[in-house]
This record gives sequence, C-alpha cells and structure tokens, in this order.
Amino acid sequence: MKGYRKYFLNKLAWFLVTAVFAFILNFTLPRLMPGDPVAAIVARLAQGMTNATGVQKIYQEYTELFGTNKPMLEQFIIYIKNVAHGNFGYSFSQYPRTVADVLKSAIWWTICLQFPAIIVGWLIGNTLGAMAAYLKGGFDKVLMPVSIFVSNFPAFGMAVILLVIFGVDLKWFPTSGGYGFDLIPSFTWSFMWSVIVHYQLPFWSIVLIAIGGQAIGMRSMSIYELNADYVKYSRFLGIKDRKIVGYVFRNAMLPQVTGLALAVGTMVGGALVAEIIFSYPGLGTTLLHAVLGQDYPLISASALIITVMVLIANFLIEIFYGIIDPRIKAAQAD
Amino acid sequence: MKHTLRQVFHSGKFATGFCIFVALLLIVIVYPLIVKNSPLQIIGQGTFFPPGIYLSTFDAVNSPITYILNLDDAAAKRIANKLSNDDRIAIKEWLVANGVPADQIDIANTVQLLDLWEKDYDPNKSFTKMTFAKQRYYQRLDASLKGLLLTEGVTIAANNAQTGTLEQTGTVKQSDYVNLTNVANVRVLPLGTDNFGRDVLTELVKATGVSLQIGLVAGTIATLIGLTLGLLAGYIGGLVDDLIMFITNLFTVIPGIVLLILISFSIGQEKRGAVTIAVVIGFTAWVWLARAVRSQVISLRNRDHVNLSKLSGHSIVHIIATDILPYVASYVVMAFILQIASAILAEAQLSILGLGPRTTEVPTLGLMMNWAMIYQAEILGKWWAYFPVLVTIALITFSMNLMNTGLDQVFNPALRD
Repeated sequence: MKGYRKYFLNKLAWFLVTAVFAFILNFTLPRLMPGDPVAAIVARLAQGMTNATGVQKIYQEYTELFGTNKPMLEQFIIYIKNVAHGNFGYSFSQYPRTVADVLKSAIWWTICLQFPAIIVGWLIGNTLGAMAAYLKGGFDKVLMPVSIFVSNFPAFGMAVILLVIFGVDLKWFPTSGGYGFDLIPSFTWSFMWSVIVHYQLPFWSIVLIAIGGQAIGMRSMSIYELNADYVKYSRFLGIKDRKIVGYVFRNAMLPQVTGLALAVGTMVGGALVAEIIFSYPGLGTTLLHAVLGQDYPLISASALIITVMVLIANFLIEIFYGIIDPRIKAAQAD
Repeated sequence: MKHTLRQVFHSGKFATGFCIFVALLLIVIVYPLIVKNSPLQIIGQGTFFPPGIYLSTFDAVNSPITYILNLDDAAAKRIANKLSNDDRIAIKEWLVANGVPADQIDIANTVQLLDLWEKDYDPNKSFTKMTFAKQRYYQRLDASLKGLLLTEGVTIAANNAQTGTLEQTGTVKQSDYVNLTNVANVRVLPLGTDNFGRDVLTELVKATGVSLQIGLVAGTIATLIGLTLGLLAGYIGGLVDDLIMFITNLFTVIPGIVLLILISFSIGQEKRGAVTIAVVIGFTAWVWLARAVRSQVISLRNRDHVNLSKLSGHSIVHIIATDILPYVASYVVMAFILQIASAILAEAQLSILGLGPRTTEVPTLGLMMNWAMIYQAEILGKWWAYFPVLVTIALITFSMNLMNTGLDQVFNPALRD
C-alpha cells in the first residue's frame, strides 16, 4: 500500500494546487480586464436609473462587497473568506435570493443529470468499442461511421434533435423543465414520476454524445492491444480466447479511464448547453439566465462551482485509476 | 512532399472530408457574389416565415399583361388548398352527425367530400351537443366554399383622394393568370426567415463564413501556442519543461468552457467581436496539443540525427526547425484541423450561453442557434431556423474529423486495417 499512498498524496497535492489556482483565476480574470469591474457592474445594473444617489449607493455597496477599494492581496483574502463562508453575495437577476441559494437549488439537478449520464455513456461506449474491435466485420462497419458522426455532432445539436423527435413530434416526453410546471417538489409518487419523465431526454442526449467518442477511443485501443505480442504469445501457449480477451480489455481500459479524466471538463461543458436546450433547472440554465440578466456574482460563482465539480470528478477518477492499475501498486517494489 | 500528398488524397476518408469542406467553402465564397443581399437585413415583418417563393400580391394584381387559362382542375385545387385538415375533419363530423356512415367519407378526397357536403348541408340544422359557435363556424365555412365556387371575379377598388369613396379600378377573374416574369417583385426564401424576419439562407452562408474564420483564427493561435510550448518543454527540458508542464497540467483540469465564460463575460458585450471571441478561444484551447507535441519531441530528442546536429554546433532554433519540426509536422497538421473544428463548436456553445460575439454586426452559427433557441423555434416546429444550422455545424466538424482520420491512417500505419 505504500506505493498507493504516495500516488494518492501526489494526486491530492495536485488537486489542492489546481483548486487554489482555479480560485486565483476566478478572482483575477474579471479584474484583469481594463476598467473597474464594480463600475461596469453598476453601469449594467443601474441602466435606466436616474437617481444619482441610488447609483452611488449601489456602487458603494458593491465596492464594499468585492472590496475593490482595498489593495489586491487584501481583496483576495476577502474573496477567499467569502467563498469559505459560501457567501457569494446577492444575485442581481433574482434579487432577494442569495447566489448561494440559487446555486444550491441548481447544483443537485446538474449532478444527478450529468454524473450518471457520463458514467453510463462511458460504459456503453467502451463496451461497444471493444465489441467493434473484437467482432470486426459488419458490426464494426456500421458502428464506426455512426460513432464518428455522433461524436462530431455538437451536444446541443443532439439535444435539439431528440427534443424535436421525441418531445415535439411524438410527444412521448415533455420538452422542458425538470418536473411538471403544475407540481410542487415533494416526495409524492406523481412528482417522482414527473421528474423521471423529464429526466429522460436530457439524460440520453448526453449519453449518446459520450458513447460516440468513447467507442472510437476504445476501438483503436483494443485493436492496438489485440495485435500486441503478449496476445500472440498467449495464443501460442493455448490460453482460451475468452481469457485473452479479458486481459486485452483490461489493458485497453486503463487509457480510457485516463481519457475520461481528461474529457470530463469538455463533457460537462457540452452537457451544460444541453441543459439549456431542455430548460433543465441545473447550472447550465442558471448560467444562461445569469448571462441574460447580466448577473455578475451568479456567473462568477457558477463558474467556480463548475470548476470545483470538474476538479473533484477528475480527482476521483485519478484515485480510481490508482486502484485498478496494478503498475501503481507495483511501484512500491522500486 | 508530392508523394505524401498523393498518398493522402488516395485515402478515401480524407478525400471525402476534403470534398465536403471544399464544397462548403465554395458556397461561402460564391453565394455572396450571386445574392448581394445584406445578411442581417430585416425583410420580414413577423417571425419565422416558412420557406418558399414569395411574390408581391400588389404586383401580381397590377401586372401589365394578364393571361387567361382555362384549367379544369383550378376550382378543385383552390378548394383543396382552402380546406384545411381541421375543416375536413369538421365536415366529416357534421356529415356523420347527419347520418352518413363514417366509413363512406374519405376526407382526403376533396371532390367526394364536397359533393356530400353540398347535397346534405343545411345551415339551419343543429344537432344535440353542437354549440352555437360551432353552428356559426359551419355557416361561415359553407359561405366561403360557395364564394370559391362562384365564377365571378374579385373587384379591385381604390380610394378616391378627393371624394373619399371607393372606385372600381379593375376586376380579377378566377381564370386570370400572370407570368411570374411579369411580376416585378419575387423573393425566393429557400429557408424562410428567422425570428427577426431575416433571410435564413443568406444569413446562414454568411454565418458559416464567419464561423470558419473564427475557427481558423482560433485554431492558428491554439496550434502556435501549443506547438511552441510543446517544442520548448520537450526539447529544452529541465526547469522550462517543469514550468510549462505545471501550467499545462493546471489548464488540463480546469475546464476550458469555464475560462471562456469568465473571459467573455469580463470583456463585456460591447467589446466582443467575432475576432475577439476567436482569440479568446485560441488562448484556451492549446493545452492538449502542447502535451502531445512535448511527448513526441521527448522521443525524438535523443535520436542520432539530432545528436549529430548538436555536435555540429547548430543553434537550438536551427535544430528544432530542421531536425524536429519535420517529424511532428504531420501531427501538427492533424491537430490544427481538430482545433478548427473544436473552435467552431466552442463558439457555438458560448453563443448559446449568450456570451458569443455581439449580435449587431455579423451572424455566426452559434448566434443563429442562440436566436432560434431563445425564440423557441424547436418547440414551435420552425425547423428552418435551427436545423440547417445544425447540419452545417455537423458537416463542418464531420468533414474535418474525416480528414483527420484519413491523415492519421496515412501517417500512422499501425491504425490501418
């Protein structure tokens, strides 16, 4: 376990470093832009306001909140303090609510939608890719072009097409929202059912996109492994085909896990846009409303939350990789 | 070089992708030469006019020459066009209520339906459960059908400026025709209009051009940054490598879309032009390329020809340019193609989020998608506003990926079947 602990600590350190860096970016990027960010916010917020004292009051309030009247370092400390307390200020566009409140209601929708969808898409995609590599022939010839086409399709395009076919034309599934507009969230059977029905289209649109990309990757990895020397050697030794295939796919799987870690950020980005198409009440839609409402605190906080989510997902995948890759355990022998 | 090119074009996948791409490019270049309308000009008053040929009613009525054509099926066609599907179902309901067996009525057969209707319909008849409004609806329907069957023409009248009375200026008979060439104003809208009343096709062609430009600019920037950093990290190694890899690793995990969102929002709507967006995308997309180039350069670094070059006293720049670059060139070309495709997608994603280029100057594929989504074209069934855009995006990325796979198979013999 010594080798694994070293690996784990290494990854943990990396996770913390990137997290800190993400905070710094989130803090500095808006401030790097020319001009006073607070003045820009107030200008947007006070559009149409004629009361000069009112504008002045808003300006002071936000200067106080972001601490722009203090030196950079102190601003950063204030920012970190606020983040640690979960205090992102008030949302402009949904005023009496705080940003933390808005995000709290949105984040679970996004996690429950994207996490299972990406996992399911990854599993199905890898199975199909491995089958294409092993079976070859007709299966491969049909699956590959379809996968290439699907994976090139933008996630929002897939969402729109599913929406039009199954939502608008066939009317099998509702077209928007996370649950029926006539329901109040509760643990009743009708509400649960409504959530499940609304879940289907966004879920499958993300799954389909993930399948395509993963299947292509897994296919080429498997073909590469199937031609490796150890496979030929095992065949000479007379080991059963099924057993060899098991080894091959375990080996082909490892780069795919790393691939997932690298792709998670992109996938989440695509899925956020898919949420918008279905008006799913997750972070994507929140972000769109924030942009439309010029809601700076909400955008900044959503960006931070999305980054942190992706970082955590990445970290978990790396940890998982450490468990399944025997070479990391073997590292303690060195 | 010549040999490589020939080999590349022999690959079916590359050739297909290349053809699709060149076809798109040709359309983007040639179309504006033929159709000189401004792509963002608002021509339609109203949203989402369906695709078709629009001819001016005024010009058709005032056409200098009218022709008389006696066509047998003109009246039938007129009625078939007038009767909507709902009307036909309503007629069937009335007839069934009146005692005609339901299986004898075929609502697709206009002639038979009208025969039955004329024979049986009685405006004063009312059935149980039929509302008064419904009865009036049948009366109106009957009147309009009778109007269509009349052989008299329509009178055209103009307002007399002095007396304020209507004066007849002409009549249009049912058998009057005009030649389309005599109608002064005909506008073909192959893809209808969008939510602002703009010609979708003209807009789409312009948007494709702009999106390709964005892809090109962003792809060039991303490839240059990735290549430079990868070469430096891989060849020089040591502290430079550590530093570059540190930054690269950071940006690998931080999702690009988040950076794009933050930067685009900070720039602000007024300063966000298409080129700015392209530059921003380029500056966030180089990460994986730098990694890949670095690992290739590391494997090249200790080859004999590189060592020989070092011993000969060539400068680092010279060694990188002549001994290393040619070996990674094929990979960089492929990466460049992928960068263009992903930049176009990134622009589209950003625009759907409402953070695309400012909306007043040029259309982009993402902006068109954004407008269609905001005006709910997909739920209203206005396919022409979003579907052609999706197909264009898919065609661009698909052709680029095909080219990429084709190149990969040529340069990477292990992948060949």
